[in-house]
Amino acid sequence: MLDDKDRIFTNLYGMHDRSLAGAKARGHWDGTAGLIANGRDWIVNEIKNSGLRGRGGAGFPTGLKWSFMPKESDGRPHYLVVNADESEPGTCKDREIMRHDPHTLIEGCLIASFAMGAHAAYIYIRGEYIREREALQAAIDEAYDAGLLGKNAAGSGWDFDLYLHHGAGAYICGEETALIESLEGKKGMPRLKPPFPAGVGLYGCPTTVNNVESIAVAPTILRRGAAWFASFGRANNTGTKIFAISGHVNRPCVVEESMSIGLKELLERHCGGVRGGWKNLKAVIPGGSSVPLLPSHLCDDAIMDFDWLREQKSGLGTAAVIVMDQSTDVIKAIWRLAKFYKHESCGQCTPCREGTGWMMRVMDRLVTGEAEIEEIDTLLDVTTRVEGHTICALGDAAAWPIQGLIRHFRDEIEDRIRARRSGRVGAVAAE
Amino acid sequence: MSELRKIIIDDREVEVDPRLTLLQACEEAGVEIPRFCYHERLSIAGNCRMCLVEVVGGPPKPAASCAMQVKDLRPGPDGAPPVVRTNTPMVRRAREGVMEFLLINHPLDCPICDQGGECDLQDQAMAYGVDFSRYREPKRSATDLALGPLVETHMTRCISCTRCVRFMTEVAGVPEMGQTGRGEDSEITSYDSATLQTGPDLVVATLRAGLSSELQGNIVDLCPVGALTNKPYAFTARPWELRKFQSIDVMDALGSNTRVDVRGREVMRILPRNHDGVNEEWLADRSRYVWDGLRRQRLDRPYVRREGKLKPASWAEAFGAIAAAVKAADGAVAAVAGDLVSVEPMWALKRLMAALGSDWHDCRQDGARLIPGNRSAYVGNATVADIDAAGAVLIVGSNPRDAAPVLNARIRKAWIGGADVAVIGEDVDLTFPAAHLGTGPEALTGKGRGKVVAFLKDKAAPVIIVGQGALARDDGAAVIGHAMALAAETGAGMLVLHTAAARVGGMDIGFTHPGGVAGALEGAKVIFNLGADEIDIAAGPFVIYQGHHGDRGAHRADVILPGAAWTEQPGTYVNTEGRVQVANRAGFPPGDAREDWAILRALSAELGVTLPFDTLDALRRDLYAAHPHLAAVDAIAESPWQPVEAGEVAPRAFRNGLADHYLTNAVTRASAVMAECSRLAAERRAKAMAAE
Repeated sequence: MLDDKDRIFTNLYGMHDRSLAGAKARGHWDGTAGLIANGRDWIVNEIKNSGLRGRGGAGFPTGLKWSFMPKESDGRPHYLVVNADESEPGTCKDREIMRHDPHTLIEGCLIASFAMGAHAAYIYIRGEYIREREALQAAIDEAYDAGLLGKNAAGSGWDFDLYLHHGAGAYICGEETALIESLEGKKGMPRLKPPFPAGVGLYGCPTTVNNVESIAVAPTILRRGAAWFASFGRANNTGTKIFAISGHVNRPCVVEESMSIGLKELLERHCGGVRGGWKNLKAVIPGGSSVPLLPSHLCDDAIMDFDWLREQKSGLGTAAVIVMDQSTDVIKAIWRLAKFYKHESCGQCTPCREGTGWMMRVMDRLVTGEAEIEEIDTLLDVTTRVEGHTICALGDAAAWPIQGLIRHFRDEIEDRIRARRSGRVGAVAAE
Repeated sequence: MSELRKIIIDDREVEVDPRLTLLQACEEAGVEIPRFCYHERLSIAGNCRMCLVEVVGGPPKPAASCAMQVKDLRPGPDGAPPVVRTNTPMVRRAREGVMEFLLINHPLDCPICDQGGECDLQDQAMAYGVDFSRYREPKRSATDLALGPLVETHMTRCISCTRCVRFMTEVAGVPEMGQTGRGEDSEITSYDSATLQTGPDLVVATLRAGLSSELQGNIVDLCPVGALTNKPYAFTARPWELRKFQSIDVMDALGSNTRVDVRGREVMRILPRNHDGVNEEWLADRSRYVWDGLRRQRLDRPYVRREGKLKPASWAEAFGAIAAAVKAADGAVAAVAGDLVSVEPMWALKRLMAALGSDWHDCRQDGARLIPGNRSAYVGNATVADIDAAGAVLIVGSNPRDAAPVLNARIRKAWIGGADVAVIGEDVDLTFPAAHLGTGPEALTGKGRGKVVAFLKDKAAPVIIVGQGALARDDGAAVIGHAMALAAETGAGMLVLHTAAARVGGMDIGFTHPGGVAGALEGAKVIFNLGADEIDIAAGPFVIYQGHHGDRGAHRADVILPGAAWTEQPGTYVNTEGRVQVANRAGFPPGDAREDWAILRALSAELGVTLPFDTLDALRRDLYAAHPHLAAVDAIAESPWQPVEAGEVAPRAFRNGLADHYLTNAVTRASAVMAECSRLAAERRAKAMAAE
């Protein structure tokens, strides 16, 4: 378990002063100019050595991503874009940072922007986050007033402006290139890659898009050292991580913990355990709506990190743990996700536009059992024809939960179809 | 040109420009890649996902070959060339999957769909799809759009490839189409960006408005399915019933290459053919939809005016009346040629006039002061394709959007590529920004000249386009002189933009008179009018009208000889850049009407001055002997640069000639579709004025 002294977000619950004075009292904005004085390469190397992997879901090494930015500008400005369009169902970690500990993010923006040669950064915040936007904007204003942003930001000699942009509430705008399009004032539709944003991003300029948490942890990593951050978690899955646990636990919460913490430990220590006891657990979606679920028998020894979950054909995603106990209709739960993806598909490319609707409609019938047994395989096949064939990862995200459902709960689906046909309740449903 | 790069496609090793996309590289290797959204003249959307290929050593999922460039491929181990595969199980699966997704919400109403037989979706479903459907859910349907009289919509068939949206935005420059909504509910729709509509519901009125572009017909060709179809042609024919003939468009002087589709005797539709040097693969609406004009108002028998009224007559009676009039004229015979006639009948007429001892003939109905014999001054030395590479384009006295819409799209393409455009003359909306450097010839001569020189100077291969608005005026010759001086000084190429398809051909064979049409007709007792409908001939002389439509020219005639339209006889046309092109015969003229050269040949015998050719080939041999450059089809003859005196000009603003974009000649005036287009255009103009 993570000691309090090792927490980066010391005001995650908003119990302390979230103003600049409060943030400074908790150690933020301490020696920022000195960190910057160490130079770009030092910062990028420290982040690389810390093993920080992107906290937005894909887990791409953050330091490596920063190093993709051109070392010298070719005349075009560089931009940092912070992805605060936290829309993945179950995920609510960035929200706590932005409304209660905003200065971690603002300081991170300054340092990360310096590390990639950007004089301007944009935070693209989710449309539904009204209060969060107000809190974050207030913090940015505070930072400007204190000289921490603007010309010679924080006395570092680096001119830096930070803009907060409010989205209009579309899940797809959390995809980095759709976010850039939206930021440019266009319809939020993902771009084709390559070219990648590091080459041609916002307004055609080199851009890095990072998750809020990835940026917000950077200053503390630099202050306390890469080795400190790397000391948490298993190799290649280091650091601390904010988990957002929702669903059938006694006390749903957002909590900063060490990477690679056991799922059972996480739930029992911080959430008061699964409702009705560990034995009552049916399944867990470990990383937000887009990753395949884990059935209870895999949960006993589950380790919450990128690699372990990847080995189980799931993923850490955003570390939004959705817990489902035995009372859950897991088919209906996944149907709801299919409906979500159908609603949020941007409609640009064929497999996702047509496939999400198809998958949802088959799921509609699987919920009630009005289907043929063979249709389960058809549905599985359809998911594989969406997965990997689309412009962005939304197609994959729509396919994976259904694949997880069929992988682990096929008997339950079949049982429901048979029950519908025969009028008799089958063995699985009777459990 | 960057260095070529080696790449292996399906075991075939090819060397390609690294800037090519994988799809283009595959084409070079002779491997066909199915596609819907990709179109080589539009930007890359990458949304249909039909062109997926496998990149060996890349991520374990297929890549969109239309969007990935060869230079983005990583070389294999030990620097081996990258390997792309298009026939692996992964690719086949991907194609089948995409095909299935495209078809689940497609109505599959091929038997009642006009696109049937020439449908990309049909063809590719046959080639790459599977023969059954696993989809059991209800299908989606969409509301059709009212896009106006030219494009019919069946939006349920739409596969959202966005080709139409990209064409309207990028090529036509009138962003009137877009995609609204998202996911499976997204739909292609139109919106009126030009004028603010009034009505009970502003949003609905503005959305789903008709299209205003004069190039909108091209979206029918671009649509890979039957969502956008040709409205006037709707439900009239199937593609396999049609015979297809290569032809040349004569509605403007660009000479767009066309394909005329005929069933029986009737022209059913006109489509563009690809010619990179002329029209790329676009066609203006005026040229595409004019064919219904070929069925109306046709002259299908000779007429002779008796007691003030035109009465049907036989060929013999008509020829007899002409012979009597010519005899009485005692050599005072003149000829004028119209805007749609090909070179051959003009040559026959010129020979006939010569045999009658007259050189009173002219082809410049609009009074353009083109200089006979000086081809560099009436054609210029730049080609249409030169516009692509031009760093600056100066338009003098023309609205290319009216004069040749496809050419305007080409100037727009140059502008997108970075060229600066400036206009001297009326400050019109060209669909792209253009600097306005003056309104009249004083911009070429007086104080304004410095600005113009500065605009052209130090630009890469600038082009000056001189339109008929600058030439069809008394000081036209001086204006062209100034334009040539400007071109010489700044190293620019010059292109004279004509509005009449027949004009350059007529100039080339010397169908001219020093005094223009007015000079040629002065004192004439008999006037031979070969399809000239845009001039008024005063009362007095005996007028013979030979043409295909009962229009202005025929009304003034004393004898009417029914000729053939451009689709009904083979003919040579020389386009505005001086390119010689041949239109083939696609059908036969109606009734007693005959090919124009044959009428003139027959008449010559009647007049006792038999012309020395009995076949069109013989006529052409005679013509080529006198004007060898006309034998070189699809070539542009070099025109030696002969500067013209840059004389006095009148400080009067240039006026663009065309009064109505859609009603420019006898055929368009006979077309109901063109009349409707003209009415809608006038309505839009009135609305735009009211909104201001």
